[in-house]
Amino acid sequence: MKDYEIVIGLEAHVQLLTESKVFCGCSTKFGLAPNSSTCPVCLGLPGVLPVLNEKAFLYAIKTALALNCRIQDIIKFDRKNYYYPDLPKNFQISQYDKPLAYSGYIEIEHNNAKKKIRITRVHLEEDAGKLIHEPGKGLSYVDFNRTGIPLLEIVSEPDISSPEEGSAYLQELKSILQYLKVSDCNMEEGSLRCDANISVRPRGEGSLGVKAELKNMNSFKAVRDALSYEAKRHVELLRKGERIVQETRLWNERKQITELMRTKEETHDYRYFPEPDLVPFTVDKKEIDRIKRSLPELPQAKKKRFIALYGLGKYDAGVLTRDMEISNFFEETIKLFDNPKKIANWLSGDIASILNERKITIGRTRFKPAHLAELLDLIHTEEITGKMAKEILPEIFDRGISPKEIVRSKGLKQIKDAGELASVIDDVLRENKKSIDDYKKGKVNALIFLVGQVMRKTKGQANPKIVNEILKKRLEGGG
Amino acid sequence: MPNKKTIDEKTVKHVAGLSRINLSGKEVKLYQRQLTGILGYINKLNELDTKDTLPTSHPLGNLKNVFRKDSVRKSLSAEDVLKNAPAKKDGFFKVPKIIE
Ligand SMILES: [Zn+2]
Repeated sequence: MKDYEIVIGLEAHVQLLTESKVFCGCSTKFGLAPNSSTCPVCLGLPGVLPVLNEKAFLYAIKTALALNCRIQDIIKFDRKNYYYPDLPKNFQISQYDKPLAYSGYIEIEHNNAKKKIRITRVHLEEDAGKLIHEPGKGLSYVDFNRTGIPLLEIVSEPDISSPEEGSAYLQELKSILQYLKVSDCNMEEGSLRCDANISVRPRGEGSLGVKAELKNMNSFKAVRDALSYEAKRHVELLRKGERIVQETRLWNERKQITELMRTKEETHDYRYFPEPDLVPFTVDKKEIDRIKRSLPELPQAKKKRFIALYGLGKYDAGVLTRDMEISNFFEETIKLFDNPKKIANWLSGDIASILNERKITIGRTRFKPAHLAELLDLIHTEEITGKMAKEILPEIFDRGISPKEIVRSKGLKQIKDAGELASVIDDVLRENKKSIDDYKKGKVNALIFLVGQVMRKTKGQANPKIVNEILKKRLEGGG
Repeated sequence: MPNKKTIDEKTVKHVAGLSRINLSGKEVKLYQRQLTGILGYINKLNELDTKDTLPTSHPLGNLKNVFRKDSVRKSLSAEDVLKNAPAKKDGFFKVPKIIE
C-alpha cells in the first residue's frame, strides 16, 4: 500500500430535526405506521404545491455557516427526474447548479495532525420513501412516510487520504451537527447516511485514478472497513496491471466485501431542470451575519478551551468535546467538584463504558453532574475507595439517587482502622507464605499482590494506602 | 446564436428508456421527426438578444422567500392514502420488485 496514495471524498446525507416535512405538514416522527404520515403533497397527487419549511431552510443555512461555507446569492430548487417506486412524483426536489452553499471546510485532527477537509457544496433536498422487499415473491412494499423528510447533502472535496481520516471527518461532522442541534445523526435510524468516492494512484502521480462509488455503509466502522477493503481491491488490480472500471459498489456488511451494483454505462441521466413550483430564496448579508454570531461554540473551539482552561491533555479534551452532552456534563460537574482531570477520567472511563453498554446518551439517563461530583467527593474525603465508587456507579444510573444515599443504605464505608485491618492482613500473610519469601528476595510485585488480596477479602472497602503501609512494615519488620 | 439542434434516433431511444417506454422502430422514427420539430420551434427563442437579461428560473419575477412554519398538520387517513392503489397489504403499497 505504501507505493499508493488513497483519494477519498465523502457525501453525507443528514436528516434535519424538524417537526414536519420539508414541503408539507406531515410529521417526521420515526417509526409511525406505514403511510400514516402522508398527504397529497408528499404523495405527489396532481394539483398540489410544495411550500418550503422555514426551519429546514434556517437549519441548512446555520449548518452551512458552521461548515465555513459561502451562501448562494439566489438559492433555487431543481427537479431530479427518475422512475423508482420509492419516488411517488417521479422526481425528487433537490438542488443542482445553485446549491444552498459552497466552498466550505472543516478541520479534523487525526494522528495528532490537523487537516482541513474542504466542503464542495451543501444542499437541501427531500428524502425518498422506504422499500421493503419480500424475497422470493418478486414483490416490494412501499412506505412513503419518509418521503419529503428534509435532508441536507454535504459533499466533501477528495481531500481525505485514508479510511481512518474518513472516519475522523465523519465524526467531526457529526459532532458539529449535534452541537448545532440540527440533526441527531443517528446512523442506525438513518438520520446520518454516507456514500464515498474512492480512488488510488501511484504515490506522486498527478492525475486521479478511476474512482468507485461506495454505498450502504451504516456505521462509522462500516465506512472505515468498506474504504479499506476498496482501497486494497484497487491496489491489487493495479499491481496485476488490470484496468479499474468506474462503478457503484455496495458494502456487504455480513461478507465484509464490496459488491458491484452498477457500472458507469448504467449511470442515471437525471435531466435536472428548475422546480417551477418553488420561488427562489435569498438570505441577506445582515441575516447571514446574525446567524453567524448566534452559532454556538463548536467542538474544535471547545476542545482548545478545555485544554487551555482546565489543563486537560489533547486526547482527554478530544474525547470530552466530541459529544456535546458529555462536554456540558463535564463543565457542570466542575462547578461542584474542582478536579478536571478526575472528572475527565471518570467520564471517558467507567461512565463511557456504561453508556456504550446501554447504548444511551448521558442526557437520557438519570445520572446527573451532582451525582458524579458527590461520588468524587466521597473518594476524595476517603469515605469510600475508588473501587467501591465504581461498584455503586451502575446503581446511580439505574435509580438516579445520590451516591451518599447508596453508601448509607448499604452500610458501605472505607476501612482505615489499623486494628480492624490487622486480622485480615494476618489471614492474607498466613495464606501467602510464598509471596512473603518473594518480597524478601526483592520482588516488589509480591507486595502489590498481597495488597490486592486484602482488598479482595474486604470487598474493596479497605483503604489501599493504609494496607500498603501496614504490609510493608510487617514484611520488613520480619513478619 | 440560433443553433439547429436535431434529435437523432439514439436520443429518442435513450429518452424512451429513461421513461420506461418501449417504442417500435416506426415510433422511434415518428418521435424523432416530431421532437426535432418541437425543438426547432423552441429554438426561435435563441434568436432573441438576451445580452442584458438575467437568467430566470421562475416566472414570478418578484416573488421570493415563500415559507411555511414548521408545524405538523393532519395527514391523510390510512384509508384515503391507499384508496387508489391497485395493490396493497398491511398499510403498504404493493409493487413489483425492481432491482436496480
Ligand atoms: Zn405530506
